[in-house]
Amino acid sequence: MPKATNTDDPEGPDGVQIDLISGERMENMATMEKIRMILDGVHDGNIVILEEGLTPDEESRLIEVTMSEISPDEFNGIEIETYPKSKANDSSLLGRIMGSEESTAKLTVIGPANQIETLHKDETLISALVSRD
Amino acid sequence: MGLFTELKDSISRVTDRLFSEEEPKRIGIYGPPNAGKTTLANRIARDWTGDAVGAESHIPHETRRARRKEGVEIERNGKSVEIDIVDTPGVTTKVDYEEFTDEMEEDDAIRRSREATEGVAEAMHWLREDVDGVIYVLDSAEDPITQVNTMLIGIIESRDLPVLIFANKIDLDDASVKRIEDAFPQHKTIPLSAKEGENMDEVYENIAEYFG
Repeated sequence: MPKATNTDDPEGPDGVQIDLISGERMENMATMEKIRMILDGVHDGNIVILEEGLTPDEESRLIEVTMSEISPDEFNGIEIETYPKSKANDSSLLGRIMGSEESTAKLTVIGPANQIETLHKDETLISALVSRD
Repeated sequence: MGLFTELKDSISRVTDRLFSEEEPKRIGIYGPPNAGKTTLANRIARDWTGDAVGAESHIPHETRRARRKEGVEIERNGKSVEIDIVDTPGVTTKVDYEEFTDEMEEDDAIRRSREATEGVAEAMHWLREDVDGVIYVLDSAEDPITQVNTMLIGIIESRDLPVLIFANKIDLDDASVKRIEDAFPQHKTIPLSAKEGENMDEVYENIAEYFG
């Protein structure tokens, strides 16, 4: 993931990096590539925003891999919120027939649990308070 | 996934269920930490087999590894089902050992958090591979609309697993079953208090009917 800033560098700018990842960038990635990209960003202290979100299976694997990487005093997990797009657009005919709807048409915000102090969502807004520590 | 692969998977899931009709169904008890999953698993196991499943505690992540109670036969109103109850750790996206240091020594807190993370990872893996149905337990006194609950219900739905939502802890003053019904209206919600044994007849009726 190219970096606009380096928050780990003591000489670098003082701030929190936000990676806004387009659906186009994600569309040809395998599940583990997506998860690695997200968790590498979060490990670096970044806030990762996905334009197209993850499928339920990918969300399940994200939780599983996150758990395997939690380590005392180093990484204590992620905060995640998803803002769904209009339900009118996220149900394909195939999905309804097969009963296997896996729409990813949703905006998802993921960040390090120790830096996101509050992550609140209502129907139209995700609001994050991010600590620099 | 291509159309042909989806069709093949869908047919395979249906035939797997038809041919495994005689096997006990593995019913996973899932939900957030401290919703009362182990209390419910113990209540069901004691009522139908006389044995408990595991220890209960007010400290989050008391259940750190999935535990199975096999061959629990539940009968109600002429319907019966034999299930293996799988009590799982509370699913979360973060575990901080410092949350436990008020209750125990640091080394024990670190060990607890390590075991909890392994348990949650295992529970997620089992959800994808090894359960036939889900009892999703929520604390009626807490807001059910959290990202973990929404994600877990979405994962369960995407796998076509039958799910019953249990609104636990109705004995608490600020319990609201309606809040849970409104949050997940696409699924049946059954109110209960696993601790006090309230409404267990309806719980067993629904398990026998829904998973039988």
